[in-house]
Amino acid sequence: MTVPARRGASDVHEATCKAYLDRFATMRAELPGAGLPWLDAWRARAIERFAEHGFPGPRLEEWRFTNLSKLAETVFEPFPSAANGISREDLGGYRLEDGSDHLLVFVNGRLRPDLSSPGAPGDGITVTGLSRALEDDAEAVEESLIGAGDLTGEERAGAERAGEERSASLGQLNAAFMVDGAVIRVAANAQPERPVHLIFLAHPNKEPAGMHLRNIIHAGEGAKLTVIESYAGLADGPYWTNAVTHVTAEKGAAIQHFKFQAEGAGAFHIAVTDVDLHQDASYTNFVMSLGGILARNEIRARYTGEGVHCALKGVSLARGRQHVDTTTSVDHLMASGVTDETYKGIVDDRARSVFRGKIRVAPGAQKTNAYQLNQNLLLSDRAQADSKPELEIFADDVKCGHGSTVGDIDAEALFYLRARGLEERDARTLLIEAFLGQLIDDIEIAPVRAMARKAFTGWLAGLGG
Amino acid sequence: MEPLLVIKNLHARVEGKAILDGIELTVNAGEVHAVMGPNGSGKSTLAYVLSGREGYEVTEGEVIFDGKDLLAMAPEERARAGIFLAFQYPIEIPGVSTSVFLKSAVNALRRQRGESELDAMEFLKQAKEKLSALKMDQKFLSRAVNVGFSGGEKKRSEIFQMAMLEPKLAILDETDSGLDIDALKIVAEGINALRGPEKAALMITHYQRLLDYVVPDKVHVLAQGRIVKTGGKELALELEENGYAAFNAASKDAA
Repeated sequence: MTVPARRGASDVHEATCKAYLDRFATMRAELPGAGLPWLDAWRARAIERFAEHGFPGPRLEEWRFTNLSKLAETVFEPFPSAANGISREDLGGYRLEDGSDHLLVFVNGRLRPDLSSPGAPGDGITVTGLSRALEDDAEAVEESLIGAGDLTGEERAGAERAGEERSASLGQLNAAFMVDGAVIRVAANAQPERPVHLIFLAHPNKEPAGMHLRNIIHAGEGAKLTVIESYAGLADGPYWTNAVTHVTAEKGAAIQHFKFQAEGAGAFHIAVTDVDLHQDASYTNFVMSLGGILARNEIRARYTGEGVHCALKGVSLARGRQHVDTTTSVDHLMASGVTDETYKGIVDDRARSVFRGKIRVAPGAQKTNAYQLNQNLLLSDRAQADSKPELEIFADDVKCGHGSTVGDIDAEALFYLRARGLEERDARTLLIEAFLGQLIDDIEIAPVRAMARKAFTGWLAGLGG
Repeated sequence: MEPLLVIKNLHARVEGKAILDGIELTVNAGEVHAVMGPNGSGKSTLAYVLSGREGYEVTEGEVIFDGKDLLAMAPEERARAGIFLAFQYPIEIPGVSTSVFLKSAVNALRRQRGESELDAMEFLKQAKEKLSALKMDQKFLSRAVNVGFSGGEKKRSEIFQMAMLEPKLAILDETDSGLDIDALKIVAEGINALRGPEKAALMITHYQRLLDYVVPDKVHVLAQGRIVKTGGKELALELEENGYAAFNAASKDAA
């Protein structure tokens, strides 16, 4: 396979791309599902497209604020060993406090059945790893990956396609190299009580590891499901989590989806969550991002039926030189959809938070009600926040709005609290908590709310001065 | 006995503009002083300088409070030493509940005094007593600090906070403004309840009507950054009669 020349791409990036191509050629026959012609062809197409586009650069609008050159300098070994030395006792701090979860634990990108307790099948839910699912029911995986409108599929033609593919080339690298991930399916009308908790631990060895995770979450008609993803790093060195998650909520299904991103200090975390929402489906996504040196959480939601209700919420906590990017793209294709989007960033030191939020209302999507809010609190003079809302509305009977703020701690409020005897630090903490508002309190599931509260309190405890 | 507060030759400026021009003032424990004066005379600046607000730069002079160098202390240290400022315009702090904030403040002061912290029940009990004395609804506690309060409610909330914190020196910055007569009486009762041999108050006001209910031991007239006249409570009545024109003119002549 040859690497076509790309204008503007540096030699370093060329070398990295070449290394990934070579690695693919070596490993191709051993990858999970290598015996499946559709999958082998799909992977081959993906790596070709990755080679063609390379790493997305700042000239792409979708990546204007997030520079991947550091990521592109390093070759992250796509097949790291699932390190040992981790026992069930080590998981305590990451689990829900009431231990009520169906648990799937991945170490360095691979499912570790010995650490997992997915629970007996029953109440209509199956929870398994992707590698296993490719052995047991490859057809269902194929439908989820390709039928769900993955960007490497053939069905998404159109003018935007080339641009989207370039910006999505990391997803293509993921398609080529994906080894494992969670596959969660809930049967029609099943409403399992226990949440599914996915814990992704990175415990990198000497060489920088690249974890290309691929998750599938499918809720059948009228089904109800709660999923929690926790990402954690057990080392401060560089590694890369590159996760792609497909979510489908069939007619009337309801999914609550949480993510806690607490990667190690040197980690890159790039995640795309691709969401298909059918008629009357309801979907809540909450992300708390506080780890890694560079993190991007991208959500693409499509409303393919009427009456969808979707809430996208998130908190980005950044300090040091962390860079946290939240990119959302919501496509109202059908009428009467509701989007309720709130992202807040708290940025200290020389860190930076980025928000890009696109809401598109297609010509037929009347009675759409969409609101997007992004607020940023800067705790230092050198902290930075970029906010770019984007509304494209092609229907006339809709309610759409957006708001965006960037500000410091209110000096008058700070003085008021100090003048009553509160330490400056405590006063700042109260005001920071107040800025966060109801985002954590609104989490309905008590142990998940406790987990968010604990993570936030822990982050606040690390505030300087 | 040492006076509680001694202000000597205090000069201060705000955004480069000189506002206080050599204030001399001594307040003994057990006394209530009124500082009166026209708009722009430096009354609120004096309150902010004493409470340590940023942006108020002291260029000369000193302030000794309870034997300590007040100007060297951070705002929270002053509060814990026993200074309380009732703000002229109490600010709204969305998302911070009054009870959470006030409980932290009360316990910060108790720690400073070597007393045990109040637990939630004890705090609530005390708060309810003080609220009912001020004829305030208990719902105040669960509301965000000053958010959605009327002007009168904000002023009463300041007095409620003062009652909870039991300061040695209360600085009341135009606490009477914006109050109807009933609210004014309630607020005055709140201030009088805190009078005692160990305590003192500095009431900053434009009008004398609060002084009908909280009778001061001394009245000072502040004009153009200086105290130009000091007298007893009758001075307030005189000002009510004649206005401040004479003092403005006098200090202009002096300058």
